[in-house]
Amino acid sequence: MLHLEQVSKQFDGLPALTQVSFAVPAGQLTAIIGPNGAGKSTLINAICGQLRPDSGAIRFAGRNMAGQPPQLRPHLGIQRTFQNLRLFPQLSLVDNVLTGLTCEAGRSLLMALLRPPYLRHRERQLRLRALAALDRFGLTDKADWPAGVLAYGDKKRLELARATVSNPRLLLLDEPVAGLNAVESAAVADQLRQLRRAGQTLVLVEHDMALVMDLADQVVVLDSGRCIACGPPAAIRRNPLVLEAYLGNLEATA
Amino acid sequence: MSGRARLLYFVRLHRCGLAVTLFAAGLLLTPLLLTNPYHLGLTNQVALFALVVLGLNLFVGFAGQISLGHAAFFGLGAYGSAIATVRYGLPAWPALLLVAALVALVALLLGLVVLRLEGHYLAMATLGFNLVLHSVLLEWDSLTGGPSGFYGIAPLQLGSFVFDSEARLHYLLWSLCLLALLLSLNLVRSGVGRGLAALAGDPVAAAALGVAVGPAKIRVFVLSAVYAAVGGSLFAHSYGFISPDSFDIFASTDLVIMVVIGGMGSLWGSLLGAAFISLLPEWIDLFETWKDFVHGGLLVLILLFLPQGLVRGLSETLRRRTALKQRQQVSGHAAS
Repeated sequence: MLHLEQVSKQFDGLPALTQVSFAVPAGQLTAIIGPNGAGKSTLINAICGQLRPDSGAIRFAGRNMAGQPPQLRPHLGIQRTFQNLRLFPQLSLVDNVLTGLTCEAGRSLLMALLRPPYLRHRERQLRLRALAALDRFGLTDKADWPAGVLAYGDKKRLELARATVSNPRLLLLDEPVAGLNAVESAAVADQLRQLRRAGQTLVLVEHDMALVMDLADQVVVLDSGRCIACGPPAAIRRNPLVLEAYLGNLEATA
Repeated sequence: MSGRARLLYFVRLHRCGLAVTLFAAGLLLTPLLLTNPYHLGLTNQVALFALVVLGLNLFVGFAGQISLGHAAFFGLGAYGSAIATVRYGLPAWPALLLVAALVALVALLLGLVVLRLEGHYLAMATLGFNLVLHSVLLEWDSLTGGPSGFYGIAPLQLGSFVFDSEARLHYLLWSLCLLALLLSLNLVRSGVGRGLAALAGDPVAAAALGVAVGPAKIRVFVLSAVYAAVGGSLFAHSYGFISPDSFDIFASTDLVIMVVIGGMGSLWGSLLGAAFISLLPEWIDLFETWKDFVHGGLLVLILLFLPQGLVRGLSETLRRRTALKQRQQVSGHAAS
């Protein structure tokens, strides 16, 4: 579904990504892992359009979107969450979720000003879907609260509700359990498992090894901007290159 | 559902429409209660400024941008209508539409350049635009009448009905102001409006959700300029006389102060802000003499103590309090 082909990016001559290639199969959960500074953030920013790769292609459903602006992604059916939460604290929960339906809400300024009956009807439909999404994540009773007053765990769930309300074809999650305690991250893992079971294609960037090994169908390991391994969790666990990247060169220290 | 609950639900569901209806009914009756033409003249002035402030609030309050140059669009509308009707003899209503379209074009060209900027830089750029326009109005005597102003602009009329008294102007100006309010209320409850709120809150997240940030800013800038231009045209026809000083940079800052006092992102607040600043000098003479100090002082006080403005600030504080209280109750139950 998502294909990266030889994606490279340098910052002032320092290579951040070097010829990274892998494919994300539909209906599976692909996890991207790697030590700090391995290029995970650069990679997800390239996929999301925040930065333009120097070379290589990022194909989604056959279309190369490398270097295309970020606002194109949701129109193609790609939604994401952010590592450090990017909610709109002044807006209510339901309005926050409604921003996840921007692509379906209509873009005409004139129609928005005139609010003809069809738009009124569509707004009502979108609102019902937003409320249903809040319900899936157990936030219904807080629908009218401003998002800023939520506790951290609720904010994480709200961002998930916003990212999933449009039924995206591909969902990118940037460290979804960062900053959560064990109970909360188990709950998020549960929700991811449910999404995965419902056939949602997921890409997960995550530090938490246990979570990744538990959930992923496929793991991509980055080290110093290179893709050093790609495969099912069981194989990754035994891969000497991966062990070396995470634990250092065992033979050299022995 | 009991009758009472059903009524409450109806009110809640249609609160926006009900508020507008009530407001319109009040305005319909105002000339019957307020028989002094001087007082009606004041509320007419409020309507004119409210029209401009509503547009500016979409750009400043909702989209989170800044413009210290909206008096320039206001002035372009006023001088545009004056020049088109007096110098070129065009009929007033088509001239108003033509001028609005031309101002939209000016705003589009300006927006394409200056909306790449943000914050202080955007404020400076729009301020510069206003300074330039003010100089042009002052210096281009042959077209604008220069510093002594532009006289003899005919009042608007519909058929043979001439809007030449304060009471007649009341209905014209407030009808158009209400129309602007309705259109703005529609906009902010739409997907486009949520996109603006999103880009004000966090441009990166807005883009990731599908908002084309650059074009969205330009469109709302053009829209707010059109509001200002229509306000300006009406201003020129209502008073029959305009001079460059109504459209200098201090007029622009006053417009922003009206937005801030009423509340960034509160459309009803815009009406209140316009009324507050327009009527202030009427209550106390001191405010007329020391106008700039008073306006500056008010701005500082509001930003310090009610940064979201009068309407929004108070209602939001209330909403937050209830939400926090509910949250405490919920966790209290969970603990017990």
